[in-house]
Amino acid sequence: MSALILKGKNNDWEMICGLEIHCQIISKSKIYSPSSTAYGSDVNENVSFIDVAMPGMLPSLNKECVRQALKTGIALNAKVNKYSAFARKNYFYADLPQGYQITQDKFPIIGEGVVKIELENGETKEIGIERLHIEQDTAKSIHDISPTKTFIDFNRAGVGLMELVTKPDFRSPEEVGAFLRKLRSIVRYLGTCDGNMDEGSMRCDASVSIRPVGEKEFRPRAEIKNVNSVKFACQAVEYEANRQLEIYESGGSMEQESRQFDPVSGETKFMRKKEYAHEYRYFPEPDLLPLVLTDEFIAEIKADMVELPDEKKERFVKELGLTPYDAKVICENKETAEFFEKAAKGHDAKKVANWLMGDFFAMLNEKKLTLEQSPISAENLGELVELVTSNVINGKTAKDVFEIMAETGENPSKIVEEKGLKQVTDTGAIEKIIDEIIASNPDNVASYKAGKTNLMGWFVGQVMKASHGKANPTLVNQILVQRLD
Amino acid sequence: MAVDVDTVKKIAFLSRLKIEDDSIEATREEFNKIIQWVDQLKEVDTDNVEQLISVNENSIQLREDEVTQGQCSKDILANAPMKEYGYFAVPKVVE
Repeated sequence: MSALILKGKNNDWEMICGLEIHCQIISKSKIYSPSSTAYGSDVNENVSFIDVAMPGMLPSLNKECVRQALKTGIALNAKVNKYSAFARKNYFYADLPQGYQITQDKFPIIGEGVVKIELENGETKEIGIERLHIEQDTAKSIHDISPTKTFIDFNRAGVGLMELVTKPDFRSPEEVGAFLRKLRSIVRYLGTCDGNMDEGSMRCDASVSIRPVGEKEFRPRAEIKNVNSVKFACQAVEYEANRQLEIYESGGSMEQESRQFDPVSGETKFMRKKEYAHEYRYFPEPDLLPLVLTDEFIAEIKADMVELPDEKKERFVKELGLTPYDAKVICENKETAEFFEKAAKGHDAKKVANWLMGDFFAMLNEKKLTLEQSPISAENLGELVELVTSNVINGKTAKDVFEIMAETGENPSKIVEEKGLKQVTDTGAIEKIIDEIIASNPDNVASYKAGKTNLMGWFVGQVMKASHGKANPTLVNQILVQRLD
Repeated sequence: MAVDVDTVKKIAFLSRLKIEDDSIEATREEFNKIIQWVDQLKEVDTDNVEQLISVNENSIQLREDEVTQGQCSKDILANAPMKEYGYFAVPKVVE
C-alpha cells in the first residue's frame, strides 16, 4: 500500500486528493483566433482584435487544437465525445477582457478514462480521469514593474488549453508525483503539450481533504492553486493533509477554500473562501456552434497516434529483453527512448541499455549536458557495445575508448584502430606471455600448486599488464588454468 | 422561485452593475416578473427529451491552424485608457 496514513489521537486518517491540470496545447495559432502562440515575443505582438475582445469580433475554432485534445484523450484511454459544446464561464478580471472564458462545461470533448501509474514498491494503480475539455488561456499579469499598476500582456490570451480533471483517486503524495510524471511523459510523446511545469505550460491544482479511515463521505477540501513542479505538488498535498489533521484533531472544522503553495516555506496559505468563486453563471456559448466529430476525423487521428511510453516500454521488455525497470527509466523521456533505439539497432540491446544508464548518463551529468548536446552519438555508442560483444576490445578497454569518445566525439572503431587497442585473441601470443610469466615467477607457481589458488588473480593481472590491457580475459583465464593445474 | 433583495445585490455585484438602493425593490419585482414568465416553460413535459444545445444542427466549421493576425500592438493598444512599455496598464490587482 502506498497510501498516506496520518496518525491521529484516536484514529488513523487517510488523504484524498484529485487533480486539475491545465496543459497548454501545442499549435501554431490560438484556439479561437488566428494569432500566433509563439512564446517570448515582444509584448502584445501576438494579439488579434479577437484576443482583446474588441466589439463585434467573433471566435473561430482551431482544428489543430481539437486534434491535439483528441490525441491526448485517446492516449488517456478516455471516451471521445463525438458531440461536445462550448460554454461561457463568466468572471471579471483584468486578464480576461471578454468578461468570460470560452470553455466547455456540460459537454466536454473527452469523457472518462483511466491512467495506470507505477509506484516505487512495484505496484501499479489506476487513476480515473473524469474529463478533459478545451478552453482559452488568459493574459499574463505583471505585478512587479509598477507599485501602483498591473501590466497586462495579451500574447498568452487565447492560447489553447486542455483542462484535465481526475477523479479523487490519489491517496498519497507519491501517487500524485507518479501521475504528473506519467501525464507529462504522455503529452510530450504525443507532442500535444511541452509539459514544462516551471514555465507554466503545464499547471496543476490539487484538491486535498482527509477523513478517518473507514469513513465513506468526503469532507470539505482545500484547493491548492497553480503548483509549478512535480516536487512542489507532492510537498503541497502532504503539507495540506497534515494541516487539516491538526485542525480536526484540535476540534476544528474545515470549509472549502482556495490555497496557495509557497515553495520557500513549504506551506500552503489561505487565498479565498469558495463562495464567490462558484458564481460563474455558465451558459452555452452563442458564438460557437457545437462540435460534432465525424468517424472519419476520429479514425484519422487514431491512425496518426505515436507509440506511447507504456507501449514502448512493453516492446523493449518483450522484444529487446530489457528489464521492466530499465525499460521504464529509458521510456519516461521520449528523446532518451529514441536515442536508445538508435543506439541498440543491430546490437545487444541489454548491453546498450547498461551503457546508456551507467557510464553514458554519468558522463552527461558530469559534463552538465543534455542528451541533444551529447558528444557521443547514438550510433557510436551502439558501435562501442558491438566492439565488446564481438570481442574486438575487452570491457576494460571499452571504458577507456568511451572516455576518449566523450572528449572527442570520435567513432570508437577509429579510436581502437588508431590507438592499437584491439584485444589480443591470438592464443599463441597469449600463451607466449603466460609462459614468460610462469618462467620468471617460479616461487608463485610453486605456492599456487601448493594450494594458494587465490594467486590466480595475480597471474591474470600480470598477463593483462604485460599485454597492456589488450589480452582477452577469458582466454587468459583458460590458458592459465591449463598451464598451472 | 422568488428573487429576494440579497440576490439582486449579489447579481449586481457579479455583473459589475451599480443599482441604486432606491431602485433595488423595482429591480427585484422586474426579476420576479421575468422569472414567472419563463417559468411557464415548466408546464411542458420534457421527460425523455434530450437537452437541446443548439437549434443549428450543423457542426462548427474548423479553422486551419495558420497565423494570419497579430503583429499590430499599436492598433491593439490604440484605445487603451492607460498603457506603458507596450502593456495595458490597469489599477493594481492585488493577488
